Amino acid sequence: MQRSPATAPTIARLIEAFHRLPGIGPKSAQRLAYHVLRAPRSEAEALAEALLEVKDSTRLCAVCQNITDADPCAVCLDPQRSDSTICVVEEPLDVAAIERAGVHRGRYHVLHGAISPMDGVGPEDLKVRELLGRLGDASVEEVILAMNPNLEGEATAGYLSRVIGAMGVRITRIAHGLPVGADVEYADERTLRAAMTHRVEIDRQEATD
Amino acid sequence: MPRIRPIRTEAIVLRQRPLGDADRICVLFSPTRGRVEAVAKGVRKPLSKMSGHVEPLSRGQFGLAQGRSLFVVTDAQTLDSWPSLHDDVQRMTEALAMAELVERSTDADISSGPLYQLLRHSLDALADTPSPPAIRWWFTLRFFDQQGYRPELEACVRCRADVGPGGNGYSAVDGGVVCPSCHGAGHGQRLSSPVFRLLRYMRRSSAESTAQVRVDAQASAELEQHLRLSLEQALDGRLRSSGFAEELARAESIGRNASRAAAEREREEQERAAV
Repeated sequence: MQRSPATAPTIARLIEAFHRLPGIGPKSAQRLAYHVLRAPRSEAEALAEALLEVKDSTRLCAVCQNITDADPCAVCLDPQRSDSTICVVEEPLDVAAIERAGVHRGRYHVLHGAISPMDGVGPEDLKVRELLGRLGDASVEEVILAMNPNLEGEATAGYLSRVIGAMGVRITRIAHGLPVGADVEYADERTLRAAMTHRVEIDRQEATD
Repeated sequence: MPRIRPIRTEAIVLRQRPLGDADRICVLFSPTRGRVEAVAKGVRKPLSKMSGHVEPLSRGQFGLAQGRSLFVVTDAQTLDSWPSLHDDVQRMTEALAMAELVERSTDADISSGPLYQLLRHSLDALADTPSPPAIRWWFTLRFFDQQGYRPELEACVRCRADVGPGGNGYSAVDGGVVCPSCHGAGHGQRLSSPVFRLLRYMRRSSAESTAQVRVDAQASAELEQHLRLSLEQALDGRLRSSGFAEELARAESIGRNASRAAAEREREEQERAAV
């Protein structure tokens, strides 16, 4: 980013720091920096403290590998959740998304990435060994693979299904198809094929309600 | 600056990488333009109309407009999505090895019609074959031929003597078969008769015929090693995707070992509890 001589070096440093964040362009970085400059000192201190605290007090849960400030995390400690299913996701944000939907009452496992053969990212770069360690427990009956429906997600799911299949644990993968609000007209062949293959029968009672 | 007209081209998507929050950079391989890098805007959003049409290992028709540094994909329509290359991880691994080979050996703005046809035909064959590795072997030999690395299989690469099937070696450094006497003098690695015959058969046969040949595990491992060393010579390095191919081959034994280790742990815990 080009530094203007009219901008004080300390402000330029803050602008550069904001600019390094994902999704923040040079204009947004400038706006954020000047907002912090104009805000009361207490607001700037709260921001700085929050940034340092998140770095100091968070770690990975020893069980599910999600980011947590207490180990094991709240999800792993929750006695109301079922131990029989583990939902495997690529990133911590995926756990948050599935929890918002409220559709899974089992446990999670976060891989922290996906296999990307052409970038040289393999299973040893992910939390796969930790997952296999959990599957030795006889209480685990099903592993749900909730990878993204792209090439990396498919490579990861394909690899895990081979490894976990050899352990004799049931493996399922979340369904693929059209997202809510999409147009059939614009859907690609593979999405339509998946949607047709995994079509479901409409409950008659539900249809007449 | 003269304004560059938008272009339309058929292309195979070799790979993608994320750009910003919602975009991806797609590496396309076009028969007329070689390797083209183009930004597909908004394809990481759930309702993107283009996302399924720019997935790697698919062939499509693309509209491209010149952006500031890269092309921008203005429209995309899938022509071949090769579903089995995505659903079957073994086929996907072979296809990625071929795509990486093409990506690493082609440049932008260089017409690559024959290589494009080779890749397209090989992906077609891979989608249906009972023997995915055989298609990659066949592709690799044809790739060597097209790129000027054709391995010598008829005469010894050191003394030019004619070679038969027995007692030969293979030298990736010298670029082909080494006769028994030169091999005895320490040149090349062992080349068994079945692998020698298979290499010659692949050279004169179609991908589909090659896939019908039964190759035992020992010959397969030997051929893989010769091809890997030849590729390392040609590319001056390893294919990145080969690491995953090796991991995938070990996947089931990793699972069985993990299962055995868990059973052992449980037995030890039970014994401790009993004591």
